[in-house]
Amino acid sequence: MQKTPLFSVSDLSKSYGAQLGCRDVSFDLHSGEIMGIVGESGSGKSTLLNCLAGHLAPDRGDVCFDVDGTGLVSTLAMSEPERRLLARTQWAYVHQNPRDGLRMSVSAGGNIGERLMNVGARHYGNIRQDASSWMDRVELSTGRIDDRPATFSGGMQQRLQIARNLVTGPRLVFMDEPTGGLDVSVQARLLDLLRSLVQDLGLSVIIVTHDLAVVRMLAHRMMVMQHGHVVETGLADQVLDDPQHPYTQLLVSSVLQV
Amino acid sequence: MFEIAQLSKTFHLHTQQQAEIPVVANVGFAVQPGECVALTGESGSGKSTVLRLIYGNYLAQTGSISVGGTEIVAADPRTILELRRTTLGYVTQFLRVLPRVPTTRVVAEPMIQAGHDATAADKHARDLLRRLRIPETLWDLSPLTFSGGEQQRVNIARGFAYDYPALLLDEPTASLDATNRQTVLDMIDAAKQRGCAIIGIFHDHAAREAVCDREIDVSQFAAA
Repeated sequence: MQKTPLFSVSDLSKSYGAQLGCRDVSFDLHSGEIMGIVGESGSGKSTLLNCLAGHLAPDRGDVCFDVDGTGLVSTLAMSEPERRLLARTQWAYVHQNPRDGLRMSVSAGGNIGERLMNVGARHYGNIRQDASSWMDRVELSTGRIDDRPATFSGGMQQRLQIARNLVTGPRLVFMDEPTGGLDVSVQARLLDLLRSLVQDLGLSVIIVTHDLAVVRMLAHRMMVMQHGHVVETGLADQVLDDPQHPYTQLLVSSVLQV
Repeated sequence: MFEIAQLSKTFHLHTQQQAEIPVVANVGFAVQPGECVALTGESGSGKSTVLRLIYGNYLAQTGSISVGGTEIVAADPRTILELRRTTLGYVTQFLRVLPRVPTTRVVAEPMIQAGHDATAADKHARDLLRRLRIPETLWDLSPLTFSGGEQQRVNIARGFAYDYPALLLDEPTASLDATNRQTVLDMIDAAKQRGCAIIGIFHDHAAREAVCDREIDVSQFAAA
């Protein structure tokens, strides 16, 4: 087991005026680990994810990342260009709505290729080749490479967003409700795809969701949030099968059995 | 291999009138490598709870559970995940898998997780499926569409795919026909021969007689 974490969050707090976002959140994530963050709407999980990914500046606390395998570095103390480089190369962010993560006016291949060009790729043939192989990997027909994402279904757009995010070989992926808004059959396919990609590429993932089934299938560990606070953390199956906090018990017992 | 002392478990159900349900208290026993121990006791006496506590699936209030020298009670999630990957297997009665994943992959996965080469794991998975008489035409399909008995055999194949030094078995022979039951008993015996320590729940009396060295009546640990 690796001793030092890949990603470490300490005492992170963020509020919007008097409105609490999240309060005193701390956790470590190791390489290859998948952490699920659950809670109802307004519990602060999206605020937290945005603070972690550098989209929002927290009021207090720190977010550290092991950039080059030599130890944790504060991402908040980085300069803006450094943080952007990190977000483009080692991190990825999958939005709930694929329209927020894709450029709708650019072709599918262009959406994937753009990320590669951002990190310095210039050879058109190679970029197209990579884009095509990634479309194949996320089970999109390569014949659609020149089509715009607007002509894709929701599930296809989400898979394209995932390809666009993973093409640059990130080590840490943030996901905000990646299966939200998709049909159940499409969700299952996406979950299966995500799980095999995460396993094959050895990715670390922080996934925010309100769907406990997603956590059970994907996550190693989970964190339950309520009113901006983390009320329970632990091994995913343990928290789901033997929840300790009243709120977690309510969440777990509210899931409909099919 | 297993050392359990002063283990207790009470469920606090906050959402149901703050009910407190004590299940077991002061559980203590040890299991040596190569030994198979059966947990006995009536339905509801806490047999499955004890298995789940050992697997880290339930959180213990007090006591200690050591598996191969690793302490489970109050261990952090990484320690438990690592233990499950390399040391401790658990065969439950129910198969829980993602849709769309082919049966061979479901069975091979624990081996791959433990660091075996994917090709070797796949070959071993096929051998196990053949041995447990899962028709070859089904191997590339997801086991979710299989019959109950087939799913259970897939689950057993998965549980035995990697040679864990310690195994927990929850009714591994329930709902199996005589031939398949004997195959599973042979697999349990082979695991014992290579030094695997096993704790199991066997409602099937003949199966228990065949593979278990000793019985522990869980009702003696009933919480007051």
